[in-house]
Amino acid sequence: MQTVQPRSLPLRLPRMRPGGVLPILAILAVLLVLVGIRQPDFLAPQSLMSFLGRSAPIILLAAGQYFVIVSGEFDLSVGSLVTAQVVVAARLIDSDPSRTWPVVLLLLAFGALVGLVNGLITTRLRVPSFITTLGMFLILVGAVYLWSDGAPKGGLSEEFRRFGRRAFEDVPLLGRVPYALLVLVVLAVAAVLLMRSDFGRTLVAVGDNPRTAELSGVRVWRTRTFAFILSGLAAAVAAILLGGYSGVSFQAGAGLEFGAITAVVLGGVALGGGRGAVVGAMLGALTLELLFALMNFYGVSGALRSTVQGGIILLAVAVSATRSSSR
Amino acid sequence: MSALSLLPARRSVPGVFVALTLTLAIGWLVVLLDGGQLFNQSTTVSLLHVAAGLGLVAVGQTLVILGGSLDLSVAYVISLSTLVAAETMNGSDGAVLPAIGLVLVVSAGVGLLNGLLVTRFRVNAFIATLGVGLLLKGYLDNGYDGPAGTTAPSLVQALGYQRVGPVPVSFLLLIAVTAAAWFALSRTRFGHHLVAVGGDPEVARLSGVRNDRVLVTAHVLCSMCAGLAGIYLASRLGSGAPRVGTEGLYDLESIAAVVIGGTALAGGRGGVIGTVGGVVLLASIDAIFNQLEVDAFFKQVIRGVIIIAAVAVYARRAMRKAA
Repeated sequence: MQTVQPRSLPLRLPRMRPGGVLPILAILAVLLVLVGIRQPDFLAPQSLMSFLGRSAPIILLAAGQYFVIVSGEFDLSVGSLVTAQVVVAARLIDSDPSRTWPVVLLLLAFGALVGLVNGLITTRLRVPSFITTLGMFLILVGAVYLWSDGAPKGGLSEEFRRFGRRAFEDVPLLGRVPYALLVLVVLAVAAVLLMRSDFGRTLVAVGDNPRTAELSGVRVWRTRTFAFILSGLAAAVAAILLGGYSGVSFQAGAGLEFGAITAVVLGGVALGGGRGAVVGAMLGALTLELLFALMNFYGVSGALRSTVQGGIILLAVAVSATRSSSR
Repeated sequence: MSALSLLPARRSVPGVFVALTLTLAIGWLVVLLDGGQLFNQSTTVSLLHVAAGLGLVAVGQTLVILGGSLDLSVAYVISLSTLVAAETMNGSDGAVLPAIGLVLVVSAGVGLLNGLLVTRFRVNAFIATLGVGLLLKGYLDNGYDGPAGTTAPSLVQALGYQRVGPVPVSFLLLIAVTAAAWFALSRTRFGHHLVAVGGDPEVARLSGVRNDRVLVTAHVLCSMCAGLAGIYLASRLGSGAPRVGTEGLYDLESIAAVVIGGTALAGGRGGVIGTVGGVVLLASIDAIFNQLEVDAFFKQVIRGVIIIAAVAVYARRAMRKAA
């Protein structure tokens, strides 16, 4: 986003704009080289395509989280929303293929509704979004366990699962293109276009300075609520893809909210709002996934994933914070 | 402007105690109609035990939130502390004091790291403590599959199960820690500075407060409180438990208790007494639902609703005051 940075000192040498996507592209390139050295096969179109397909859910969640974060809020409920969606889908479809499409629509509506409730509570009742979405997290997890008596019931139809696990076969040059990747590309383009539209600019303006935005005639509460709805919708799509790929469990969405926030921060988006690009957030998610793949290739124990994730967040944020605080 | 003038002029009774009284009264009545008894010995004792564990964490959390910061790493500090305590003691009564000392040192170290990240490196507190939490999580996941170490029997006896009348020793410990925190906040320079920093960091800095030092101290104290909670849980469970902090949702619940207790999430307003009220409120709801044999998952739903509703009520009041 082309946000105005009036405070930057003219004396400083040209440097990367805070919130730009260059740093994350550089990190991504370095990781790709490292992966290429260790596991050249990984960079073959076939495996690269399937890696991108596998990463689609977290990339979409990062985009959804971006909308909320850039408008100055947080959404901690997405992980539990994904879990709830997957469990609800399994129970409603109950392995009956004819129910696939109605349930897909229902999930999208459910995601939007949760986002709407989060947004309205945060903006109209003035509850900090941290608390709203934390409460929503507790409610969703509790409700989904309650509704299914402690164990997931039913099953997903093959029709439903194909979004997450099937692919277009024999595509020239690329080989196999997962449906998930196609969904990702379409939605990513839509997200970029959205951020270039009036709404996108308004969203960033609201995150940068809600007071100014309000005074210039923006309905801040409406804009923010819409951001929450987008996050809920992203969670619904991610749940459809994840449910298809890895099946039904209460752990389907565990920890995804922090993964998405990590990705967004890694992509150079400022917490507190007003700065950063949606492309950066999505690249951040991709980088995170690539890093985990790399750890796998180097035989690092999966248990250390979170340590690495933690180290990276701290490093990324500390570097950008010390850079921007010297303004 | 002196830091003192930033303190609220009058201290009204936090709304949480009204809510607590109402909850207990209604709960008592409902349980009575259900044919039970809310305030019998065993429910009271278990209520106070639940409150003691969460309370220790929440009092520490109050300090950092008052200063405008936040600590999401407490759950992992708790798990780590149970392990450090139980493995150092290894079942021997002689090692109790060194173990407690070590836990406090380790947790203070984590708090120092949090504090330095937030102040020196200017990392957003949410991200800094989440990052540190993830570092610890990786260490715990990698090194431990299940319970490890054995808590010294004397400590299990004293801190885990000993009580004075219906009041467990652990709850007395909570009262002592709360009293110390209250004293620090309302009667010492550190406390006044902390509230000033949370209220408006720039004004505090211009008034000569060393913001960084104050915030780092708050983070160290917060982590040490989580360490104490870890020692308590280790004495309750008899061993170190690598997932006890996260499974108990101590990070989110402690923040919820602080906010329900009337402390503003943005800092600068609130106190530990309200927090203890929030903790006891959460524990009472738990106890009432247990008595009514409400489904555990339904409890969680209600908990989420209560947290949101409580904060909405505070927000409404603040708006009305401003208007």
